[in-house]
Amino acid sequence: MEIQETRFNFDIMGKRKLAAIFSGILLVAAIASLAIQGLKLGIDFTGGTLVEVGYSEDVDLPQVRDALINSEFKNAIVQYFGSANDVLIRIPPSEGLDNADISSNILSVLSGTGQNIEMRRVEFVGPQVGEELKNDGGLAMIYALMGILIYVAMRFQMRFSVGAIAALVHDVLITLGIFSVTRFEFDLTVLAALLAVIGYSLNDTIVVFDRVRENFRKFRDLTPVEVFNVSLNQTLSRTIMTSLTTLFVLIALFVFGGEIIHSFATALIIGVLIGTYSSLFVASPVTIALGITKEDLMPVQKEGAEFDNMP
Amino acid sequence: MNRYSLWKYILILFLIGMGALFALPNIYGKDPALQVSPSRSAEVSELTEFQVSNALEEAGIAFKSMDLGLETLVIRFNDEETQLKAQSVVTESLGNNYVVAINLAPATPDWLAKFGAEPMFLGLDLRGGVHFLMEVDMEAAIAKADEAYMSDMRSQMRENKIRYKTITKNKSGSGILIRFKDENERDSGDELISKNFPDLDVSVPESNTDEAQLVAVMKEQVVLDTQKLALQQNITTLRKRVNELGVAEPVIQQQGLDRVVVQLPGVQDTAKAKNILGATATLEFRLVDEDHDPQDAVDGRVPAGSKLYRERSGFPILLEKQVMLTGESIINAASGIDGLNGGPNVSITLDGRGAKRMSHATRDNVGKRLAVVFIENKIETVEKGGELVQEKIIVEEVINSAVIQEQLGKRFQITGLDSTKESRNLALLLRAGALAAPIYIIEERTVGPSLGQDNIKKGFDSVKIGFVLVLLFMAIYYKVFGLVANVALALNLVLVVAMLSLLQATLTLPGIAGIVLTIGMAVDANVLIFERIREELRNGNSPQASIHAGYEKAFSTIADANITTLIAALVLFSFGTGPIKGFAVTLSLGIISSMFTAIMVTRGLVNLIYGGRRIDKLKI
Repeated sequence: MEIQETRFNFDIMGKRKLAAIFSGILLVAAIASLAIQGLKLGIDFTGGTLVEVGYSEDVDLPQVRDALINSEFKNAIVQYFGSANDVLIRIPPSEGLDNADISSNILSVLSGTGQNIEMRRVEFVGPQVGEELKNDGGLAMIYALMGILIYVAMRFQMRFSVGAIAALVHDVLITLGIFSVTRFEFDLTVLAALLAVIGYSLNDTIVVFDRVRENFRKFRDLTPVEVFNVSLNQTLSRTIMTSLTTLFVLIALFVFGGEIIHSFATALIIGVLIGTYSSLFVASPVTIALGITKEDLMPVQKEGAEFDNMP
Repeated sequence: MNRYSLWKYILILFLIGMGALFALPNIYGKDPALQVSPSRSAEVSELTEFQVSNALEEAGIAFKSMDLGLETLVIRFNDEETQLKAQSVVTESLGNNYVVAINLAPATPDWLAKFGAEPMFLGLDLRGGVHFLMEVDMEAAIAKADEAYMSDMRSQMRENKIRYKTITKNKSGSGILIRFKDENERDSGDELISKNFPDLDVSVPESNTDEAQLVAVMKEQVVLDTQKLALQQNITTLRKRVNELGVAEPVIQQQGLDRVVVQLPGVQDTAKAKNILGATATLEFRLVDEDHDPQDAVDGRVPAGSKLYRERSGFPILLEKQVMLTGESIINAASGIDGLNGGPNVSITLDGRGAKRMSHATRDNVGKRLAVVFIENKIETVEKGGELVQEKIIVEEVINSAVIQEQLGKRFQITGLDSTKESRNLALLLRAGALAAPIYIIEERTVGPSLGQDNIKKGFDSVKIGFVLVLLFMAIYYKVFGLVANVALALNLVLVVAMLSLLQATLTLPGIAGIVLTIGMAVDANVLIFERIREELRNGNSPQASIHAGYEKAFSTIADANITTLIAALVLFSFGTGPIKGFAVTLSLGIISSMFTAIMVTRGLVNLIYGGRRIDKLKI
């Protein structure tokens, strides 16, 4: 049987060694960065206080910093947030401060400088709550991966399941690594984005696997590598289209969604790019490497079925 | 080929109609409003309506409408500024018996409201407000219960002439330590406690002294019940306090065994909210110990029956250990101005038992001084062994001490307060009642009203722009089929909004991000189908057969892909808090409704356009 005509005919599986090296380097770098400097955790996980203050006109950061340092907030971290009249103040959990009053005190110190200010946002997370959120976040990640492992194993086959999970772990680690290297802040919304990335990347992988399953049944004389190659090529235009539309909306979110949603959109954009790459170059090669054969996907022959037609 | 039966079209039209109906209220939005509801014995009637409209007219404040409901009066305004101005006017005119709360009232027309259609419920990050997670100090609740057992034991032992040395907290363990004169006394003490205190387990402690001792510990079930009760009482008190604050649609919910979530939409003065909610402020009335010199006590020689306090001015003062009366006996408190010196005061009304105790105690002590002690719990972060831990601090100050001129009764006043603001807050706290156990804010998320507005605007901007980008892209790339997919996408958006409104699920900023993400991902199903149709065409199949096969073959892929995403969203929902939950909700709803729009609706449209006739070429 002739291989049916496809729009693309790239030797994607032929590049799997190259891709393995590339992914390997990225993974090592990501893990190294995570091990050495870790993530820059937001106050959701570290505990502490964050106050966003809006000024009626542009304001100098040193001025704000001085006002705070001269009062009780010696270790205040001050930065602009989106524009020069929007200031973000962080106070790490520190000694001798009454938690509940920190934000009100900051506001009264700053309004004492004679400028017109407005409270835009206050977040205070107690140390024990931060610890809990961290644990819950880790657990969520593990439960999501386990749920997916079980579903894919049920719908396809264990080797596919492992391939899909390998791709997901790959995506999560590299996204985390990028957050670690760039020192972007990692907070609850980024965690949510990461779980959405898991969902998205899996989406891509499932579509490919679905086609692989179909093609194993259709082209009986092709090798597994060839089957995967055909399937990847057949689904390639869909993979690209969906990534593009998703990236469009994410870029809209990044540009127009405001400062508060930036890290969320960033995590998703990185995740979608890596997720697209991994469904092409990670999930399938891992499944191949685990020794998938067409027998694994053949419908189980009912015992004695061939005798049914006998007269 | 490729024809849908009539019932499928009817089903599609029905669902679209329902979707449009329930999404519609969102177009009308919400009006800034005031909600007047009675506190205590008052009721809202036409008279109130008349009073309010008069007061507003006098102040020259225009309002949009006024609706008298069963228990509330809702006044709508054109903008937030007038709403705030009106709040102070209305509060002043109605006085203490009504709660005037700021609210957002749906501007849904009556005919729509009849269907039960309401606009989406906006989360705190979009409408502004405060979210607190508070933790009840259970150790203190238990300590308080122990305290009560101890004082009961003392009086019962005295009544039964059992000679004990001391009854104190057991410092080397938990429970209460009772020291007796000898073993005989201990045995009768043991008998008494076992008989009269069924909540306690009594045992003889192992210790290296020869002294006759007993330890009484609360039974496990009793401890659990005490904690449960403390949490329940605290929730009740918090409810009352929130009502006093004047907040519409507050959320006060238990979370876990010892936590309470409090959400106050639209609250602007967060410092006040924090002070009032977390305040454990209560009053104690104690007699001043005039027989000893406070200065000696400062030097370390505190007399046995007394305790050293500080006045607000910093002067030391000695008060008797025995509490004459606590804040629990107070049934009403109102702030006002003292007729004599013009300073702020709080008039207090006691319950029957409290009044009796008060008159009893003051009768015998005319000419002595009575002190009012203000007690407050605070929490601070301190360093201990290299780790930051939160420590509780109890602030106790004597706000005033005055000579008892005559026997006091049910009503009296306290003075010596710093400002009218303080007297108002104190009166509010005394009215709402004391907390059963101290409560601490362990998480706060406050969003100012302007940021909420910004978040809504930016969120919807990104939805609009992302939506338009995807529409253009699909139309250019898939031509007629792209347009069909676009119709489905628009419907998907309407359905998501409708479901959110119908469920009254909270829409948050991450929730809007979830909608944006679904727009991107919802077209995936159509992309899968259309790519499949193109493939079939390339393989030389007829257009009609290609359409049929495209939908058929893509279906299981779409189902698999969406179910796995749903698993991730589900996990997110069960682990996430607040805003993150909102993201999970919109993502899940988006996925579910996209299955319907991207498969059924597009198929219906494609069948309408191409179905049942000969076609040579597909525009795809």
